[in-house]
Amino acid sequence: MNHAVPAAEFASNPERAHWHSESVWFMRQKRDSAVRVIPEWETLRELAAQTKAHAISQLPDYLEQFEQNAKRRGAHVHWASNADEHNRIVHQILAANDAKLVVKSKSMLTEECHLNPFLTDQGLEVIDTDLGERIVQLRKEPPSHIVAPAIHLKHHEVAELFHDHLGTPRDATEPEELVQAARNSLRDYFLRADAAITGVNFAVAETGGLVVCTNEGNVDMGTGLPSLHIACMGIEKIIPRAQDLGIFLRLLARSSTGQPITVYTSHFHGPQPNGQLHIVLVDNGRSNILKKEQFRRSLSCIRCGACLNTCPVYRRSGGHSYGYTLPGPIGSVIAPSYDAKQHYSLPYASSLCGSCTDVCPVKIDLHHQLLAWRKELAVTRVLPWTKRTAMRLASIVLKYTWLYRLLGFLARKLLSCLPRMILYNRLNIWGRQRELPLPPSHSFRHWYRNRRHGK
Amino acid sequence: MANRNQILNRLRSVTSALVELPQPFENGIHYDDPTAQFEKILDRVGGTARRVANHSELPNTLEQLDVYRSSKQILSTIPDIPRANVDMERIKDPRDLQQLDLAILRGEFAVAENAAVWVTEFDAKHRITHVIAKNLILVVPANQIVHNLHEAYSRLNFDDMNYGVFIAGPSKTADIAATLVKGAQGPCTLHVLLIGT
Repeated sequence: MNHAVPAAEFASNPERAHWHSESVWFMRQKRDSAVRVIPEWETLRELAAQTKAHAISQLPDYLEQFEQNAKRRGAHVHWASNADEHNRIVHQILAANDAKLVVKSKSMLTEECHLNPFLTDQGLEVIDTDLGERIVQLRKEPPSHIVAPAIHLKHHEVAELFHDHLGTPRDATEPEELVQAARNSLRDYFLRADAAITGVNFAVAETGGLVVCTNEGNVDMGTGLPSLHIACMGIEKIIPRAQDLGIFLRLLARSSTGQPITVYTSHFHGPQPNGQLHIVLVDNGRSNILKKEQFRRSLSCIRCGACLNTCPVYRRSGGHSYGYTLPGPIGSVIAPSYDAKQHYSLPYASSLCGSCTDVCPVKIDLHHQLLAWRKELAVTRVLPWTKRTAMRLASIVLKYTWLYRLLGFLARKLLSCLPRMILYNRLNIWGRQRELPLPPSHSFRHWYRNRRHGK
Repeated sequence: MANRNQILNRLRSVTSALVELPQPFENGIHYDDPTAQFEKILDRVGGTARRVANHSELPNTLEQLDVYRSSKQILSTIPDIPRANVDMERIKDPRDLQQLDLAILRGEFAVAENAAVWVTEFDAKHRITHVIAKNLILVVPANQIVHNLHEAYSRLNFDDMNYGVFIAGPSKTADIAATLVKGAQGPCTLHVLLIGT
């Protein structure tokens, strides 16, 4: 899949692309205001990066400690090597409890594992309860943003969707009315649900507890009624101590939407009285990322979405153009670890401006990792032949001084006199949206030599 | 079990240099007036703070609130609330709380930097109460306001706590066209009464 193709389609509607860019950028601006009032912000980022790096360097020990403590608190702990195993485990738990209707809160992991279609195929009804996720679920499309799944939709599109699915009047287009309609519809599912599935923001090794953050309260609504709670998490979500939550929670919401903290920060230690809590720990490729030292830091991600909000490419190409569960810079770093051939174009969906690295609350060196991926992809030959050939030609030109000078000379002479038809031919992809610069009369080398000799 | 050992072995086969775990951070931001800071932030996140002199003043303060006066079903875990008419002890199925107009619960302490109030299920037997109610009032001792989240976690002990939640403002969403709407799934309003000021 080539990111440039769906990105071009998204950008072909400049009005919408601009609107998308602005709404996403608004979150970045709110982040900036929220960060400015915390004098220790940079210290917190540094501590978060170190704490995550530490936890990942000791991951097996912390996982065992977490398992032991979670069990002590009465939770069942399951381990899944890959997405299939994860889905089967979740289904088995649901089947053993005769659950038919499941309410699910936001979880990028279950998106990654494609849990919903799996459970639906087994005859279960799964309702996404985060409003944005519910909207994209009804539209039968994936989320386009980590924390704002329906950010790509305008309110009249949601209004049409709700008219079709929830029976709202056709002229009900105000966000307040639409939220009210969704609230009523979801209430009904909450009250009837047999089980709740949630994601996990942080799992504390020291206490065996889980922390889940939401603004809507759908996690607490979901887990408060049915007695069965299944929490699905990637193995990298472990943090050592409850004290560390102070650092991560101060960073998370501020980086994400500019809120000082999410409305609900729910702490679960064991099941509710007479209930069951099942925790599914999922590897699904994470141990492979751990093996690659230069990409290891991507496992520190706390899924705040700040790198999406700031990315000039994400903002103008939309989340769906990435063709992967996680879009934006973080997705472009993680996706090739799973399937380099399929996601080869993502490390190129970046201008390498480094803004993502600047805002990352856990200091992942995102733009360096994107560059490192480009190198890795070139070496492992998964790039398409056009790109490979262009790179090979460039390397030949740069290897021979005489060839470089000759081509420079020819370019200076020819660019100004060749007809547009030839210059802007089909192979000149760069020139599709851009004008070539006017060639200077002399080379830099020539100018520099003259300058040194004081001419 | 096979999966478990397989995953752990796979992780153990990777040699990575040990990174030191930093000491817990204790130098979070402090405010000259944490109560005023709490009130400012709560207002910003869509809640309302009120100061109440003492417990016997509570009914008077509540009478001034629309959500209290106009609510039909009120549950309170705080004693001596005149209009409270739903008895938590008599609720067998938490689904019976679905018509609850107002819950008045105890907040253990509050955090100045982000307007979060810590609520545990010792106060709410059914752990759905604080989200299923249409409106929420949290009553917090005014002298229990910490400056920042680090101070909050250094006083929290999860040993006997099955469920606990920080609540900062009313339930909200910006998922439709990035427009902020209060009352997404949980309470549409949040009042925090700081008692004993």
